[in-house]
Amino acid sequence: MRSTLVFTALAAALALGGCASPVPVKQAPVESKAPTSVESGTAGANANGAGQNQVAAVQAPAESNAGAGPGSDVPKSVYFGFNSYTVDSQYTPVLNVNASYLTQHPQAHVQLQGNTDARGSREYNLALGQKRADAVMKGMELLGVKPAQMEAISFGKEKPKAQGTSEADYAENRRVDIVYQR
Amino acid sequence: MQRRRFVLGSLSTPLLRGAASLAGLAALSRSAQAQFKVDVSGIGATQIPVGIGAFRDPNHCPQPIADIVRADLTRSGLFAVNHLGGQTLTEQGPPNYAAWRSQNLEAVAGGSVAQVAGGRWQLQFRLWDAVKQADLGGLALTVMPGDLRLAAHKISDYIYQKLTGLRGVFATRIAYITKAGPHSFSLNIADSDGANPQFALRSREPLLSPVWSPNGQELAYVSFETGKPVVFLQNVRSGARRMVANFKGSNSAPAFSPDGGTLAVVLTLTGRSQIYLMPSKGGTPRQLMRSYSIDTEPTFSPDGQSLYFVSDRDGGPQVYKVGLSGGSVQRVTYSGGYNVSPTISPDGKTLAYISQKGNSFQLWSINLETNATQLLDDGSDCGHPSFAPNGQIVLYSAGGRGGEVLKTVSIDGRVRSTLSQAGVQVREPSWGPWTPDR
Repeated sequence: MRSTLVFTALAAALALGGCASPVPVKQAPVESKAPTSVESGTAGANANGAGQNQVAAVQAPAESNAGAGPGSDVPKSVYFGFNSYTVDSQYTPVLNVNASYLTQHPQAHVQLQGNTDARGSREYNLALGQKRADAVMKGMELLGVKPAQMEAISFGKEKPKAQGTSEADYAENRRVDIVYQR
Repeated sequence: MQRRRFVLGSLSTPLLRGAASLAGLAALSRSAQAQFKVDVSGIGATQIPVGIGAFRDPNHCPQPIADIVRADLTRSGLFAVNHLGGQTLTEQGPPNYAAWRSQNLEAVAGGSVAQVAGGRWQLQFRLWDAVKQADLGGLALTVMPGDLRLAAHKISDYIYQKLTGLRGVFATRIAYITKAGPHSFSLNIADSDGANPQFALRSREPLLSPVWSPNGQELAYVSFETGKPVVFLQNVRSGARRMVANFKGSNSAPAFSPDGGTLAVVLTLTGRSQIYLMPSKGGTPRQLMRSYSIDTEPTFSPDGQSLYFVSDRDGGPQVYKVGLSGGSVQRVTYSGGYNVSPTISPDGKTLAYISQKGNSFQLWSINLETNATQLLDDGSDCGHPSFAPNGQIVLYSAGGRGGEVLKTVSIDGRVRSTLSQAGVQVREPSWGPWTPDR
């Protein structure tokens, strides 16, 4: 491969045009730069010699906001068609039963968690999941639930319930879950 | 096509980490993080023949400095690196121009590395122009052992700049997200070559959209750890972190203004995903514009005067531009029905983005002056492109048989690399800035 390598005169001119004038080699010290490590860094940095490449490792706390709500006999998921962001009429009973619970329990609070299938940009999917969660929230508001009892959020494609890539898996993940919070 | 492989970090010492700022450190595994396997293919339109012999190394430096420099230059695709037959050549030379020219070398570097007081190491090197028979200067760097790789990358940057006229990016860093299981996510920082990977954050819940602050000291990112998307800011060196956008609904897609003072974020306070601007130190968000569509994935133009973003206002998602001091929204992408994830080159002239063609999500670039588009990767599942600070390379994620990997492509499409980790999904890369110390 090397035998085919070419170094064009143009590139040479570009590369070497702005060089500093030659310096006597033996006597000249190389360009002197201050030490690049941070002298006054944390004790940890100096102790382990990690210098300025050091990155502090942090563990994110794990929080759970899950709380009580209506029993497991009450359906809490709404599914959406491909590229659809409106609540299909077949899910009216799901909205009705949860709206009924929320109006009867004014202290109860739900998160409406939007999800999408796995195709495309993560951030754009986050926005699409939000659109689904917002559609469910609007439907619940029409049924008398106070907005303060609800929060529409999105997980986008980040927390897929179905892990596969079949059409059935994708359909399972085009979903809003109504999740009761503490 | 030429294919080269590097195994990185095999000589590096296990990662040691300082005290973390939050509780839970005790639960952290101290095991060294998985190393990247790097595959490189393609060469530049021209390659500069450069000779780099062995550096004088009487104290047996823990990092193979000359090897790292050679690997950097080779990986760029712009250099044909000659080992000078394994002979030692120090920064004192002497330059043997006649011999170098007989080997068709355009430039030669020599150097030495030695232990000095305080556990530090001193690196010295010098570069010669074999054609003009001229001394091109050099560097003397004194560093902690943990910064030896960084110092080697600075030597590579020096050579790259002297011989190509462009500033190098070897000493910069990259951030990215890994997923090792359904409840094992991490935000990571590595050297630009994928070596020396370190955890910045580990979480049981998803992380996405990391982006460097312009001063290279902080990362903004989205974490689901509180049960929903919240934008955090984290100091890389200290680990100190705070929620910067935690409003009702979802908080996502952070982007720094070029001066670092403003953060663009996407909030859903009106129900829809809309772009807001807020002080990056925290404060009251101001809605940039009202639309009845999804507006997301904001990114500032390098002059800080406008914002590129994705919107579905015309149907499918497309890239748009809006001035920050008012003015109409201009559509940027037209070809195809799904164009997302814009990233702008540092000179503001080129936009890289992801475009869906059939079932493929491909990496494209568009020249913003001529509107000419170029396909950079026709792979099936490209995502989240990010420009190197010199605008010469795009870093992005790609799906593959083994899962998600990071890839790079030179802006002319000729030189490519793949950075993969066995059994780990690697995604959402962000190339860090030049800073005074790198």
